[in-house]
Amino acid sequence: MSKEYETVIGLEVHVELATKTKIFCSCSTAFGSAPNTHTCPVCTGMPGSLPVLNKQVVEYAMAVGVAMNCDINQYCKFDRKNYFYPDNPQNYQISQLYLPICHDGGIEIETEAGKKTIGIHEIHMEEDAGKLVHDDWTGESLVDFNRSGVPLIEIVSEPDMRSAEEVIAYLDKLRMIVQYLGASDCKMQEGSMRADVNLSVREVGAKEFGTRTEMKNIGSFKAIARAIEAERERQIDLLESGECVVQETRRWNDDKGYSYVMRSKEDAQDYRYFPEPDLVPVVISDEWLQQVRDRQPELRDEKLQRYMDEFELPEYDARILTSAKKMADVFEETVVLCGKPKKVSNWLMGETIRLLKEHDMDPEDITFSPENLAKLIILADAGTVNSSVAKEVFEKIFEENIDPEQYVKEQGLATVNDEGALRETVEQVIRDNPQSVEDYRSGKEKAIGFLVGQTMKAMKGKANPAMVNELLRELL
Amino acid sequence: MANVISDETIEYVGILAKLELSGEEKERAKSDMGKMLDYIDKLNELDTEGVEPMSHVFPVNNVFREDVVENGDGGEDTIANAPEARDRAFVVPKTVDQ
Repeated sequence: MSKEYETVIGLEVHVELATKTKIFCSCSTAFGSAPNTHTCPVCTGMPGSLPVLNKQVVEYAMAVGVAMNCDINQYCKFDRKNYFYPDNPQNYQISQLYLPICHDGGIEIETEAGKKTIGIHEIHMEEDAGKLVHDDWTGESLVDFNRSGVPLIEIVSEPDMRSAEEVIAYLDKLRMIVQYLGASDCKMQEGSMRADVNLSVREVGAKEFGTRTEMKNIGSFKAIARAIEAERERQIDLLESGECVVQETRRWNDDKGYSYVMRSKEDAQDYRYFPEPDLVPVVISDEWLQQVRDRQPELRDEKLQRYMDEFELPEYDARILTSAKKMADVFEETVVLCGKPKKVSNWLMGETIRLLKEHDMDPEDITFSPENLAKLIILADAGTVNSSVAKEVFEKIFEENIDPEQYVKEQGLATVNDEGALRETVEQVIRDNPQSVEDYRSGKEKAIGFLVGQTMKAMKGKANPAMVNELLRELL
Repeated sequence: MANVISDETIEYVGILAKLELSGEEKERAKSDMGKMLDYIDKLNELDTEGVEPMSHVFPVNNVFREDVVENGDGGEDTIANAPEARDRAFVVPKTVDQ
């Protein structure tokens, strides 16, 4: 007889902050440069070098903490976490253990089961490590320190989640808050947002938590759902067969669909934390904290409401438009330029999302300018281009951010509204298709559709369809 | 010496510190560490009730940098420190999270 189990999940989410420079030195944080381009004695751990804290990191961390309803430790400091690994040239990571910048907050999530608050245990600031590339051919590893010293915040939740659905809702909410604050782009695929999952199971009704495991290396929302399901099953199987869950760190392999032990008990890490002697404490005055509070931008929930009130958009539209900061930004800027919120919304919700999916892109990857979308909307509205040409032009805007006015002119895509020219073409189509003409005249209404199609084809899609229809009926 | 360090402890500390100690070195380290702990015990005799833990000696705080890129391409200097390099990266024995 099988028992009923409950899954208990807490998350540690690392977010790379969107600063221009690293946390403790003036090296660039730019992504994708040649190995070790953005390095200096500080971020490569040279003896005698001294770290100096990037003020913007503290500001971002505070802003995220405030948005997640945390208390801010107005006296906070850094600690040294010691470990040996080639991605870490100092043999220690500068992090925060004793007095993290934010603590005791919470964010509200919504799932089909309703609303629920997930507690935030703490948020702390720390530095990222370098990147190891493994060369299977030579059996060596190559170390690139460009990422070494890139600022991170680690957001640690309380063990308040009970299902993969809640975890995804939490991550989604967290990502939106951080993106809206401009604190990070939170791209899981590029590693600017990474989640470790702490999971245990217990019998329904039990008061104590079960023994938990920690899973690392989970690269997407889908992988998180799969990893949670697999780990829940694994732990229940152990308990059902009378074994114990061992507290350990496991690495998820999403291709194979299982996790394996990363660190065994015998060489359990002892990080020997101690106060970082090279950095002085951070004291956040009431004034500074108030400045950060005053600067908080409009967050998702408020924006959603405003879109419904101010632009009279349906909730469904408002939800999609505000689900990514970039999408909302493009929407608002385009509306300012062309003044047609519903039309802008339609282009974003329809063609833009279709093309994003087709190219396997995130809304954050949108590169076209609001100016060009606004121009296209104005062209389409004035009847300068018909709707199918507009879609074609939009694809060009989406892909190459072309100027639609210029493009339509160069390619001769403007709708032909000149009745003389149209009439000529329509007459030609009627001469060329006697069978359809006869069908129409003998009462087959549908035949006119074919003739409209032929006319549009002859006009290379640029005719005004309403006008073609009208002319055909007149001439027939 | 009031504190006695066990063989297991010195073995474990050796693993954490990535040190291989000979029998003689282990004995010496055990004795040194015992003395250090004795000294800590001595400090513990002080009544520190109500005293904030101190992490820094100097009354200085809030030393910041503005978020402005000042360093250029430091790759060459960095790589000059590499015992072995390839493609502008340090070469190390294969290291994979296992």
